[in-house]
Amino acid sequence: MIALIPLFPLLGFAINASMGRRLPKTVSGGLASLAMVASFLVSVMVVLQVANLAPTQRAVEQTLYTWIASGDFNLDLTLRVDPLSSVMILVITGIGSLIHIYSTAYMHEEVDREFARYFSYLNLFAAFMLILVLGASFLVLFVGWEGVGLCSYLLIGFWFEKKSASDAGKKAFVVNRIGDYAFILGTLLLFVRFGTLDFQRIAAAAAPLAPESMFGILSVATLLLFIGATGKSAQIPLYVWLPDAMEGPTPVSALIHAATMVTAGVYMIGRNAVLFSHAPETMVVVATIGAVTALFAGTIGLVQNDIKRVLAYSTVSQLGYMFLAMGVGAFGAGIFHLYTHAFFKACLFLGSGAVIHALHGEQDIRNMGGLKAGLPITYWTFVIASLAIAGVPGLAGFFSKDEILFETFAHGHTILWVIGILTSLLTATYMFRLVFLTFHGTRRHDAPAPEHADEEEPAGHGAPSPIAADAPSHHSHMAPSHHLHDAPPAMALALIILAIGSVLAGYVGIPGALGGHNALGNWLEPSFTARSVTTLAEGQVGEAGASQASEAGADANGGLELSLMLVSSAIAIAGIALAAFIWLKRRQIADKAAAAFPGLYRLLLNKYYVDEIYDATVVQPIRIVSQEGLWRGIDVNIIDGAVNGTASIVDGSSSVLRRLQSGSVRAYAGSLFIGVVLILGYYLWR
Amino acid sequence: MIPLGHYLIVSAILFAIGTAGVFLRRNLITILLSIEIMLNAVNLTFVAFGRAQGTVDGQIITFFVMTVAAAEAAVGLAIVIALFRHRESLNPDAFTSLKW
Repeated sequence: MIALIPLFPLLGFAINASMGRRLPKTVSGGLASLAMVASFLVSVMVVLQVANLAPTQRAVEQTLYTWIASGDFNLDLTLRVDPLSSVMILVITGIGSLIHIYSTAYMHEEVDREFARYFSYLNLFAAFMLILVLGASFLVLFVGWEGVGLCSYLLIGFWFEKKSASDAGKKAFVVNRIGDYAFILGTLLLFVRFGTLDFQRIAAAAAPLAPESMFGILSVATLLLFIGATGKSAQIPLYVWLPDAMEGPTPVSALIHAATMVTAGVYMIGRNAVLFSHAPETMVVVATIGAVTALFAGTIGLVQNDIKRVLAYSTVSQLGYMFLAMGVGAFGAGIFHLYTHAFFKACLFLGSGAVIHALHGEQDIRNMGGLKAGLPITYWTFVIASLAIAGVPGLAGFFSKDEILFETFAHGHTILWVIGILTSLLTATYMFRLVFLTFHGTRRHDAPAPEHADEEEPAGHGAPSPIAADAPSHHSHMAPSHHLHDAPPAMALALIILAIGSVLAGYVGIPGALGGHNALGNWLEPSFTARSVTTLAEGQVGEAGASQASEAGADANGGLELSLMLVSSAIAIAGIALAAFIWLKRRQIADKAAAAFPGLYRLLLNKYYVDEIYDATVVQPIRIVSQEGLWRGIDVNIIDGAVNGTASIVDGSSSVLRRLQSGSVRAYAGSLFIGVVLILGYYLWR
Repeated sequence: MIPLGHYLIVSAILFAIGTAGVFLRRNLITILLSIEIMLNAVNLTFVAFGRAQGTVDGQIITFFVMTVAAAEAAVGLAIVIALFRHRESLNPDAFTSLKW
């Protein structure tokens, strides 16, 4: 039963990959979407089955076969659905289905062959992601982990004829590989320490241990795993691939770079919650990196001009929140935010896709504006999702973000909380900057431009073009939006469902302070403790310290939570108001601010020059060492030198020896005769 | 009964004559003939030893040598004819194209 969940998309992949080129678009697209919907239905059934079990026993397993049997090391290919993975599979298959349906309309201009290729990748991606979250051991998870890396490479570089797209694909792959390296090391370290790779067994073995006060083996292992997570989930220092990944088709950005793949790192930490809570040193690192990433990406997002890049940085920023939650031990809150974020970020990306679709490839928000009238469905869904991500009370993002901020504060990380609040302000501001610049005002874009928007990004080294360079008076053609077409039905359906989700998704986790009982948090709780291992033979049951603390904190600090909630709501609304003031009323303010701090503005526009710094400190040294040292030095001189040297030794010695080839038969016969005489003489006289 | 030593002396003289012929003559056909003389010198030694020891081994080996010598003469003469056609000469010093 569980195996069917990843099997459906895998089957869709096999069909579309093998004979997709001969199928019409309706069949290949429909097949792929159908596979995802079927997978979603199976997931719902499995989750219901899990929900019927007693809270501490909630785990359904299916062992497919013994994968590796070597001496006393046995590894089964086991899939396991527990509360944590049940949330994940519902998100992946549910939102994945919507994105598949959306894609059938979005990618309609591709030829049949490309269309089928696109859907085969999309299905393969979903299959790997499902394996990732269903795997019951590190190695099965790693199969999915690498698989999604592969698929992101394929999908980002989907339009590989374009140099920037194929470069972005390679960048994503290479950066992910760095994280994967650390992940493998961490996995090996855990295997050496615990002798098993099964999550539950490791949790059971780790639970009775005292948290490491010094920097011990658990800290090192979890730190390595966390480095792997920073690669997959786009955190400092390995976040650089995600903004470039916007070269792929927009639904891909929604699926991979917002809703599912980037959450793999968060999921992995949640899955090993027991382990991480035994390594307080690592937890501090995780929380700090998360908070810093959130703020860092938020500031970049404030000045970017590509609609998808703004969303990309906002994804990095929101992922930072999730890691912040993980780092302070609020695993439930992190997963909660992951789940709500999947709705509104997918909605935002798909909405931006609808805008790009309507404008025939235009991605620069400076060339947009006034699209509200022409694209009503897109506009309203986009606004709802923006409100949700900004954390306006009542919408999904509010509940999850507040829970994270509250947990951060309650665990005594005041500085991190301040960073979180600041980021919250930034989030609201840049999201509504995007909304106002795209949909409000007047149209600054006349004819649908060909695809050149990808060129503009980091090119602005010299003359800084101010944020809203084109003030409405400049060259407002007042173009009537008659050739704008709103999202076609398949796209509109996905947008509307996701917008509804952005409103309602938060209500599964209403905090105690607002009269709810945090259903999602309670549902997830068994996954973050070693408790659900009772079915196993070890029977060593331990309670993770962090979860107790969070429980206690939640009860005691109801009043505190309420006041914090008020603060963050006020911040969110202030952010929106600020954006409205600047980008609706007084656009000059933005220009003036940019002109007043040209250095800061350029720093932000160029993303703190991180790409350039990496290029100078990592890429170029490796290139120079490879080119001058390994290629010109070792390869040419030593390896080629050995081969050529052998040849020249033979050449040189033969030029000496060939003097013996005198051409005189008698000389040959004489030397032969003398040789025979000498040999015989030796044996006779010996 | 002639003692074994006499046969060996004759054989050595024959072998020396053949060797000298190979080294000193400048005609390929003569050189081939000299080689035949050397082979027959050896044959004489085999037969002499065989008779001295009362076995037939020496004679059997001699037959082998004669067969090989016949084949060698056939092949050798064929090569000599081919060389002659090529160079109009039988002097081995004329054939030096493989020299460095």
